[in-house]
Amino acid sequence: MEPANSPSKAAMISEADITLGEVDKALVEKGKSTYDVKCQACHSIGENRVVGPGWKGMLTRRKPEWVMNMILNTEAMLSTDAEAQKQLEQCLVRMPNQNLSKDDARNVVEFMRTL
Amino acid sequence: MKRSIIITGGTLGAAAGLFMLVNTLPGCRPSTNVQSAVTGDAANKAYVKPGAYDEFYNFVSGGFSGQLSVYGIPSGRMLRNIPVFSVNPESGWGFSEETKPMLMTTHGFIPWDDSHHPELSQTDGVPDGKWCFINGNNTPRIALVDLGTFRTKSIIEIPNSAGNHSSPFTTGNSEYVVAGTRFSIPMGTDEQRDVSIDSYRENFKGTVSFIHPDPATGKLDIAFQVITPGVNFDLSHAGKGPSEGWFFFSCYNSEQAYSLLEVNASQKDKDFVMALNWKKAEEYAKAGKGRMVPGKHYMNWYDDAKHTGISEVRNEVLQLDPRELKDLIYFMPCPKSPHGCDVDPTGQYIVGSGKLAALIPVFQFSKIQEAIAKNDVEGDFMGIPVLKYASVIKGEVKKPGLGPLHTEFDANGFAYTSFFVSSEIVKWSLETLEPVDRVPTYYSIGHLCVPGGDSKKPWGKYVIAYNKITKDRYLPTGPELAQSAQLFSIDGPKMELLLDFPTIGEPHYAQALPAELVKPREVKFFKIEENQHPYAAKGEKEAKVVREGNKVHVYMTTIRSHFTPDNIEGIKLGDEVYFHVTNFEQDWDVPHGFAIKGAATAELLVMPGETQTMKWIPDQIGVTPMYCTDFCSALHQEMQGYIRVSPANSKVELKGVTKSYDAGS
Ligand code: HEC
Ligand SMILES: [Cu+2]
Repeated sequence: MEPANSPSKAAMISEADITLGEVDKALVEKGKSTYDVKCQACHSIGENRVVGPGWKGMLTRRKPEWVMNMILNTEAMLSTDAEAQKQLEQCLVRMPNQNLSKDDARNVVEFMRTL
Repeated sequence: MKRSIIITGGTLGAAAGLFMLVNTLPGCRPSTNVQSAVTGDAANKAYVKPGAYDEFYNFVSGGFSGQLSVYGIPSGRMLRNIPVFSVNPESGWGFSEETKPMLMTTHGFIPWDDSHHPELSQTDGVPDGKWCFINGNNTPRIALVDLGTFRTKSIIEIPNSAGNHSSPFTTGNSEYVVAGTRFSIPMGTDEQRDVSIDSYRENFKGTVSFIHPDPATGKLDIAFQVITPGVNFDLSHAGKGPSEGWFFFSCYNSEQAYSLLEVNASQKDKDFVMALNWKKAEEYAKAGKGRMVPGKHYMNWYDDAKHTGISEVRNEVLQLDPRELKDLIYFMPCPKSPHGCDVDPTGQYIVGSGKLAALIPVFQFSKIQEAIAKNDVEGDFMGIPVLKYASVIKGEVKKPGLGPLHTEFDANGFAYTSFFVSSEIVKWSLETLEPVDRVPTYYSIGHLCVPGGDSKKPWGKYVIAYNKITKDRYLPTGPELAQSAQLFSIDGPKMELLLDFPTIGEPHYAQALPAELVKPREVKFFKIEENQHPYAAKGEKEAKVVREGNKVHVYMTTIRSHFTPDNIEGIKLGDEVYFHVTNFEQDWDVPHGFAIKGAATAELLVMPGETQTMKWIPDQIGVTPMYCTDFCSALHQEMQGYIRVSPANSKVELKGVTKSYDAGS
């Protein structure tokens, strides 16, 4: 019997999967509450690093689908994506997969748009 | 390589004499050449390459370790040691506030037991991979281990029982698991229990209890208890197929001895197998034919949403008396102190193993039914009918070896019986009752296990021996040597030794099933949103320190790799501090540990999404360190904090913080 290789088998998110319209206040609120429980321990919403990079201006640096993949396919990103690996070299802690649903991750992106 | 077996006849003297010899003389082991017992491709058959999975899970009792260990088969690699009846400092089992209730009994908190028989839950008579039951022998209890979490979910204490040995065998759909007394005892009020030991015959009784596991929650509850004459119950198995609805128990000490049992309980030529009609018993219980009798007991259950063990206490138990309910139990004579009591896959045959006999009686269910219908009895034992031996047996396996103990089955009509005294496994045909093959075991085998081997559909493939003595098989380790198991292939006509592997405690009995039935159930983490622990901190925003009189509650979080709060001040001598540690990682395989210098308890090991509590009574003034014990990231060694302890009258303000110099907030 062979074990499955990747702990996370969720499909990678592509550009076509996300459209950004007007900032949706309701989604922002939901994204913030997910942040409070599952991300805040390691990410500030300012510029400074805690365990991981600060989130200010995230979507000016990163494409939304890249961010979604970082959240939903963390292991795959840390082992294949050059940008994510650069961050890991600096932070030295592997970002945990916090097992968000796709909707939760989308809400977090919405929240990031306000930062 | 066959050895000749010396059979000196079925007399007690000869069998018992040999029994002692083999046990005490080091030179008395089989002289088979060790090398020659293993053939060329054995290594291949037991080899599982790095990164690949084993085909079977093997759940092995920890014996006097009180635990349940898990091995992969065929590699014999140990995967896990699950704490059940004994505390386990490694995981905080029995040390954290949440797990302490699991080990509560009417005698108070008990940190240990002797666990004997793992039994997998069944659907339609076949192991289903949902639960594994195991008995606590010493302080009678039954536990249910959830195979989704590999943790003990439920432990129930058995009242009116002493030495819970013939347990916890299951009915075909796990409607019930049974718990039978090894020791009979006086029961009832204080006065009824405070009697002379000499009055055994008059005052001592046995019980077999039927415990119902709730299918949804895994909570264990005693449905009813059948009171029996005073004997020792040893093992049991449920009927299946045609014998579905019946349960069979081996009993010894029909002499009703209460001293020097070694001699006094080995007098008679035959003891009994007890046949119990559990469907009838269930009917009587539901129809109100039983009575509630004193039987105080604890029911402990672990709530995976609250992450907390909860104890309930019951004062009574429903008892059925077969002297009034005449068609409930029947005794069948069985040669010489029967041990194993095993039902074949078709459910037609019940194999008794007289451990001091040199034969194996095979009872036939249809004949038992005829004998009952025709009242074909040879008398009664303490008011219970005893069926005629000749009327209820299919036949005897003659001179198979010495000291037959236990039998498991394959799917092809063969039985595998362990022989303690002659230290071997004998394969025999259920049809002809003739031995067809034998292999030596190293040494003195007790139980044995074929995957699914006590069920309706054995998977076969292997038989695993659980040995009582290893002597020269492993590197010596002082006076106490490794306990061990041995894996044999049973695919071919000849059994073939593949592997020895050491085990934990005493590997008393074990069961195995295909990994595919268990793997899909695995819980990888607990969802933090669903955590209902009253002191959970879901995210660092909820981390805080709260004083209630001299009790201080620290709502603490862990994530790789820091605690919040990690600087705590305002604790005073005389305080009782409760660290409620929530690990809000939501990823597989990332527990965090928690330890405090000088804490008179074990560490906590907190699974992702879980909350666990350490109670700490500071005893020295100063600044005390705490840290994470489980290597959680490259910065694990940085996962630490300080707790300041001040004198009882100090005015230091209570606070808990984690400061980030970089983020500033
Ligand atoms: C245990 C600490 C930790 C937690 C909790 C955590 N992260 Fe991270 N995160 C990191 C680290 C560290 C990195 C940098 C990459 C690495 O080292 O793995 C990172 C990187 C990121 C990045 C890429 C940042 C960039 O600028 O490139 C995103 C996006 C991100 N995390 C989102 C999240 C979200 C959303 C959550 C909550 C659901 C979260 N993280 C929870 C530690 C964490
Ligand atoms: Cu840690």
